[in-house]
Formats: sequence, C-alpha cells, structure tokens
Amino acid sequence: MQFRSILAATLAVAFSTAAYAQEFNDPAEFKKQRELLSTKAEGPEGKPWEQHLGGAMIDTAKFKKDGPHTICFSNAGVFNPWRVVGLNNMKGEAALQKDRIQELVILDAEGKDDKQISDIQSLLDGGKCDVLIVSPTTTAALTPAVEAACEKLPVIVFDRGVNTKCPVTYIHPVGGYGFGITSAEFIASKLPKGANVLAIRIVPGVDVLETRYSAAKSIFDEAGINVIGSEFTSSDRAKTKSVVEDYINRGVKIDAVWMDAGDTATAALEAFEDAGLPYPVISGEDQQDFLRKWQKENLVAIAPSYPTYQWRTPIIAALDILDGKPVPGPEWNLPQPAITQETLASYIDERMPALHYSLCGCQELPGYPEQWGGK
Amino acid sequence: MSIDILPAGRARRGFRDVPVPVVVIALAAIIYVTAAVITGQTNQISFAGLTGLLQRTVALGLVGLGQTFAILVGSIDLSVAALISTVAVLASYLMQGDPGMIVPAIAACLALALCVGAINGGLVAYWGINPLIATLSTGLILQGVLSAGFTYLGGRVAPEYQALAYQGLFGVPLPVLLLAVLALVAWFVLAKTRFGAHLYAVGGNPDGAKLAGLRVERFVLAAHIIASLGACVAGLYLAARLQSGTPWIGRDGIYDLESIAIVVIGGTALSGGKGGVIGTIAGVLLFASLDASFNMFGVDAFLKQVLRGAIVIAAVAVYAVRNKGHVA
Amino acid sequence: MTAISDTARATRRLSLRNINFALVIFVVLYAAIVVLQPNYLDAALFMNFLRRAAPLIILASGQLYVILSGGFDLSMGAVVTLVVLAASMLIGGDPEMTWVVIASLYAMGLAVGLANGFIVSFLKVPSIIATLGTMLLVNGLALAWSGGAPRGDLPDNFRNLGRLVLKDVPLVGSLPIAVLILVVVTLLAWWGLHATAYGKRLLAVGDNPRAAELAGVPVKPTRISAFVISALSAVTAGILIGGFSGVSVNAGRGLELQAIAACVIGGALLLGGRGTVVGALFGALSLFALFTLLNLLGLPQALRDSLQGVILIAAVGASVLRHRRST
Repeated sequence: MQFRSILAATLAVAFSTAAYAQEFNDPAEFKKQRELLSTKAEGPEGKPWEQHLGGAMIDTAKFKKDGPHTICFSNAGVFNPWRVVGLNNMKGEAALQKDRIQELVILDAEGKDDKQISDIQSLLDGGKCDVLIVSPTTTAALTPAVEAACEKLPVIVFDRGVNTKCPVTYIHPVGGYGFGITSAEFIASKLPKGANVLAIRIVPGVDVLETRYSAAKSIFDEAGINVIGSEFTSSDRAKTKSVVEDYINRGVKIDAVWMDAGDTATAALEAFEDAGLPYPVISGEDQQDFLRKWQKENLVAIAPSYPTYQWRTPIIAALDILDGKPVPGPEWNLPQPAITQETLASYIDERMPALHYSLCGCQELPGYPEQWGGK
Repeated sequence: MSIDILPAGRARRGFRDVPVPVVVIALAAIIYVTAAVITGQTNQISFAGLTGLLQRTVALGLVGLGQTFAILVGSIDLSVAALISTVAVLASYLMQGDPGMIVPAIAACLALALCVGAINGGLVAYWGINPLIATLSTGLILQGVLSAGFTYLGGRVAPEYQALAYQGLFGVPLPVLLLAVLALVAWFVLAKTRFGAHLYAVGGNPDGAKLAGLRVERFVLAAHIIASLGACVAGLYLAARLQSGTPWIGRDGIYDLESIAIVVIGGTALSGGKGGVIGTIAGVLLFASLDASFNMFGVDAFLKQVLRGAIVIAAVAVYAVRNKGHVA
Repeated sequence: MTAISDTARATRRLSLRNINFALVIFVVLYAAIVVLQPNYLDAALFMNFLRRAAPLIILASGQLYVILSGGFDLSMGAVVTLVVLAASMLIGGDPEMTWVVIASLYAMGLAVGLANGFIVSFLKVPSIIATLGTMLLVNGLALAWSGGAPRGDLPDNFRNLGRLVLKDVPLVGSLPIAVLILVVVTLLAWWGLHATAYGKRLLAVGDNPRAAELAGVPVKPTRISAFVISALSAVTAGILIGGFSGVSVNAGRGLELQAIAACVIGGALLLGGRGTVVGALFGALSLFALFTLLNLLGLPQALRDSLQGVILIAAVGASVLRHRRST
C-alpha cells in the first residue's frame, strides 16, 4: 500500500509539472479571437455557414473535376448531441446538393484515434473518394494520417484542426477563447466586483473546452469576480445538479454560473429551484431546453455558441473545390454568434427536442424538422 | 465455475471438433469478403486493403495477448485500459520529441508496467483479493492520478519513434509484424515450454497444481506481469501511432472489456486453464473484420453497437452452449 | 445437522462484521463531511443526500442478487440510459401517459433481465461476457431509437418521483419521494434475500451450483430471476435518475461498476455465496459519501476514481484478512 501511494504521489508530481508547463492560455490567440468576434463577416447575408471572417482565399483550380462527386467523410464520432445535430446538418446540406453528389461516404471512428487513422487509410485504399472531409478526434494524433491523405486528394478539416497546413482549408468558428470571452464578459457586466461565479465544465484536457475556460477565467480575474469553483461533470445532468447542490449547501452565495457547454445548464438551474433560491446569472449554450427555460423564467442569461452550422460548410467547400472555385483558406473562420435577450425569441422552436442546437442553420434544409428529431 | 466435459464431446466427430480459432478466423474472413463483394469494394481485398485490416488488429491484439495469460491462469485484468493511457502519456511526456530519449522512455514504461503487473499479481495471488476488484481498483487509481495530473499534455514522441508505427517491411506495416512476432513468442511459451504447461495446470486446477508442488502464486503473479506488459506494448504502439498520448485513449478504446471479449471469443475459458493465443488472434481478427465491414456497409454508429453486442454473445454462445455444467 | 447450523452461525457472525465495516466507512466519511460542512447534520440535508444516493443504493441491491447467484450484471447502466431516454420519448411531456409508460419501462427491464438470465443459463455464456453484450446492445438500441440525443420531455408527475421533496412531514421534517421509494425497495430486497426460501436458494446456487442442483434447487430459474430482479432495480433507479435531473444520453454511464463496487464494499463476495442487503446499502452510501466529501474538499474530480480504487482494495483486502483469520 505504501509503495503504491509513493508511486502515485511521484506520478502525480511528475505529471502535474507537465500539466502546467503547457496551458491553454495563449494571449496572442486570445487577442486574435477577440478581434474576430467583432469582425464583419464577408459572404451571403443570413447564411453564416457560407460566410468567413477576413483571411485569404485559396486557389483550387488544380482540383477541378467533373461531377457528380463522391465525398468521403471521416467523422470522429457521434458521441454527444452536438455531433448528432452537426451530422444531420451535413447530411441535410448533402441532400440539398444531391444533384452534384454521387455519394456521401461517412465512416464513424467512435471516438477512437486509432480507428480514425485506419478509417482514413481505408477510404484512401478504397479509391472512390474525390475529396476527403475530416473531423479529427484529436489534433496531434490525426496529423500523419491527414498528411498522407493530402498527397492523394483535396482534404478539408473542420471543428478541431491538425498540425499541418496541407489541407486545402481548415473550417472552424472563431473558437474556444471567443466562446469564453462572450460568456464571461456578459456575466462580468451583470455583476459587481467581488461577486461569486461557479464554473461548470465537461471534462479536463480537451483543447476546444480548455480554451473556453482559460479565456473566461482571465476575464473574471480582470473584473475582480471570484471563481469559487471549477467542476467537471462529464455532461452528466445528475452530476451537474449534485455538484451545484453541494456548492449551494456550503452556504456561499453563487451569483452566477458559467458553463463551458450548455447541455446541463437546465440541471444546474434546477439545483437552485430545489433549494428555493433565485436563479443566478447564467451562461449556457444554444440548446432548446436552455433557451426555453430562459424565456419562461426571465433569466439573466446569454447563450454563446460553437455553431453546429459549421457542419454544412465542409460540403459547400468540397463542391467549390471540385469546381475549381477559390475558397477561404488555409483557414476559414466562420462567424460565432451568441444568442442574447434581444434575439432569444427568434431561436426558440417548440417543435424541436431539448438538446437541439438552435444555431444549426438547418431550418431551410430538406427534412427539417423531422430529421433533427422535431415534430 | 464451469467444468467442460471434453472427452464426451470428442467421441462425436463434426462441427464441434473443429478448433475454435479456425471457426472464428473463417467467420472473420467470410464476413469481410462478403461485405467487400456485396458493397462492390473489392479493392478492400487487395494487399493494401488487407494490411489496412491487419493494422486495425494491432492495439487490441497486443492487449489481448497479455490478457490471454491472465485469463488462462484463472485471473483477469481490468486495469489494462488505464495502463495503456498511462504508458502512452508517459512515453510522449518523457520523449518530448527527442530521439535520444526513445530508449529511456520505453524502459521507463516497461518498468512502470512491471510494477503495475506486480501489484496486480501481488494483490490477487498473495493477498487473495478477487482479481476483478483488484485490477479494477488499480485501474481506477492509475486513471485518477493520470487525469488529475494531466489536465493537458504537451509531450510528443520523437519523429523517429513515430516513424516506426508508419513504416513497413515488404509492404507489411512494422506494428503488424510486431504483433505477429509477439503472438508467435506467446504461442511458443504457452505450447512448448514447461512454464506454459504449468500455467495451464495452475489455471485449470489450482488445488491440483498446488498438490503437485507448483507455486501457484508465482504463476498468477507472472501472468499478471505479462498482461501488464502486453498493455504496455499496446500503449507504446499507440503513442507512436498517435504522436502523443492522451489520458483517455485506453478508456475510449474500451481495451479492458474488448480484450476480454476477444480472448473469450477465441475459445479461452474464463475459468482458466483452457485456450491460447491463437484463439485471441482469431478473436481480434473477427473484431477487425466486423469494424471494416460495418464501414463498408456504412452502418450507423449506434446500430454498430447493437450488432457488436449481439455478435459477442453469439460468438461465445456457439461454443459455450455445449458446456454441461453451470457457468457464472 | 450441527455442521449446518455451525456454518449458518458463522455466516451470520461474518455478515455482521461486514456490515460493521461498510457502516464504519460510511460513518467516518459522513463525519468528515459534517466536520467540513456542519449543516449536513440537518435532517433536510441528510434527506437530500439520501435522495441523491437512492438510485445507487437501489442499483446495488439489485446487483447484489446477481452477485450472490455467482454472476455479474454489467448491463445495469445501459438499462438506466434506456429507461431515461425511453421514458422521455414515450411520455412526450404528457402527464396522462406517465403511469402507462412506467409500466412499459418495467416490461423492458423484464425483457432485458430475462435475456441476460437466458443467455447465461441456457447458452452458458459467462455472465461477464453475456451482460457486456447486452450492455452494448441495450445502449446501442437506446441511442439508435433516440437518434443519439434526448427527445421528448418528462412531465412533472414523472419528475416528482425523483425530485419532489415533501415538506413538513412529522418526525423527519422533509421527505423526498425518492427516499420513500428507496425504503420500500430496500425492504423488499431485504425481505426477498433474508426472509424467504428463495433467498436461501439463491445463496446456495451462488455457493455451489452443482451441489444446489443435487439438493433439488431449480438452478436455472433461480439464476434467471436474479437477473430479472437486477434489471428491474435498474429500471427503478433509472426512473429516479430521470426524475432527479432530467433526460440525458449518458444518464447510466459507469453505474454498473459503482453498483458492483458498492456491493463489494458492503462485504459481498464476488462469485457468490456471501453478502447482505444492509451491506450493499452502506456500501453504496459510503461511495456516495466519498463523492460528496471530495466535492466539498474541492479535490480534482479525477482523484475520485483513485480514492474509489483505494477504498475498494481496502474493503476487500480487509475482508480477506478477516476471513483468513476466522478460518
């Protein structure tokens, strides 16, 4: 037993130094994303999935090919509702453009890096694909596989990036810092100095989530707001509610709840209901259940987003590339709007399920709302 | 646990006399080829397609080899998933891209695996703690320390080390050769050495082995160390293939339950003393061809889970159903 | 005859010690909580603690039946997920539907339990593999059915089962409905195991199936019923979890291992033959107290896992040592 605890302690020490050696706190990126949030988007009005925020265009004449095309997609997985909605958006976009698409081949890696590498390899071996879309499980792991694919056909990466510039374009919304900036600035603007905020997060160590917290934390620190806790709940509603209850029971007043993802926001609010307390200021996300609760209970709230409409863009980009039309690249920054009190009503759709992401940009797509689980 | 009455079965000739691994490999081949033909993706049967298929077996195969020893001796190892993550993270953390650190990092990982295996074995063999609980607990402890310490990992393996996972010999990827060699070694140890024979004896009938003068505890300990080493090699392979380890690759890969599943599908009895590594390789081939076939058919991710669950049960049931006794 | 009564006495003595152990862990952990946060001594907060622990306790008492019969049930967590998702989709927010749907949820649980029992008893697939298979299967079905994201809605009368707290109740002050359900379920589980011939048969089967069979115990039906009880308890827990916090796709994730851990901390012997409902109850409470304590301490959540591992080894290791000394 003693040996084990020594071992554990040694490991913990060794590892924690590693942990703090490289944090998700990149001031340059923070600044860049803050600027992007206020940059005016170029592109068709009202279609944010076709817009881009500044950046260069890339020539794709060399990829021009006669249609119809086979588009191949290596998906990290559909392990959460965000990805479920996103995948529906992508299928919807493909249905919209069905005249120009021979087939959309989707391989699902079930969240396993190792499997996704093999999946990409087998797509290349299959020889059917005209273009490859990749949504990587993790950035570093997929880099060699993407590099290998780049040598054979045009590659589009979205959501999470890879450590190589070889893809034609990398599509993503502003990013995690932007998410944290929007939500934390709102909360800070509603609270006096010295107020308490509780941070509820999904899991540690995931780049796209860690940056959200790091941005929010620095804004809270700047505004003199205390982060009384930062807890991970694995998107589990029961855990979220329990954690918030425990904080309430400590007797510290919680003025605001900040969330790095909104899928358990209503569970956090229920903890306040059950304790008979007034609702805190809260930042959630664009899920229907949160928006409805916000409207019904007149919350002081904001819903920043990591919009699922970004799943439409890769199909649009793929077809443009195969047409030889220039596309934004090597980075395609999509706008990343937030839902505020003023725009709240327009995003609520009672037909849609609780965890439907309202910024799906899917309302006009074929099969809406049934394909997205709506009535 | 179960008592298999083999002699009675042996009197009749027929389907049941075919060794389990042969049936499983045949099943894997039929599934894969049928899927390729039906979906018209016949180039998946080409050399490149097949090596791609084999590449899918490596990580799980390596864990499975080690797990086979643990199960053969009548134990089980649930800590492999956490150990894989720890090893992968440790390897990339120690290397930090420096080729000079390749050997020390591998040595450190092997040492760690040795410790974990010894602790597992010690808890099970000498302290008498149920192996499921003992290894579940060591796995939890490892995972907890790992995820608490590593909110983020900056490390990455050396490029030369990473290349090992992507290079090949005569077109066969090195990791596939590694798995093949280790499988041969494991087969040799189990089938041709006295240690192997004793391992079967201990797993099949610990009390009898004890009466025959074997030090049962030592074999259990050794089997656990081998199981941990298998997980360690899998972790090292994943670190090379993925460039850096993340604290959750073992858990996300479900290597604990899947490695047990392939061992059992390959005909190794959970009660110990019967089976071998050829079955395990057959089991991992079946899993890989299922994976590849689901891809070819474009099976929906959730339906895949359903099918996988049904196939695990069916694959084991086909052979287990002839057992006369009760199983736990 | 004397031999039998001797073992019976030994078993009783042993189980008493085991209860003490889980009880001791729980009391120590809860005391630590109270030191940090004295208001956990309030009846209301203790009731709230019980409300949250109720699903795990119920899962543990169901799992105990399977463990005593010599097996494992890894499919419990998947059943919980299925129940939560199915309830929401089938009820669709309509309070009139609640009771009908609850009945059909129990029917689903019954089906899963029967399938587990049948696969283990007749197809002779070891329970760890069989229930691993049904775990994948049930989870996949639930997700495929819902499309991977929660649909529908749970009305208040369903949510109340896991959420509502009755105020101004004589003696206890506040009383969550979930705690009422917990008391009923625990009493049922205790009665079934310790006060019926069925309970004795179950222990006999887990101890030595062949001997039990020779003694005339219907081994297969006994086994199957254990899996059914386990699945039904998972349905009950699922209803409480859905009620407590609403619908989510990962409502049941990891619960099966926690339930097994709770039984083991409570002194149950894996592969059968020994264990009590009271032990499982305190085992589950200990685990829950540990989680709460770590929350209050502000330790990294991940260390939860590590400490859970340490406690498991300590609990089982201690019981092994005691067992050795007493024989």
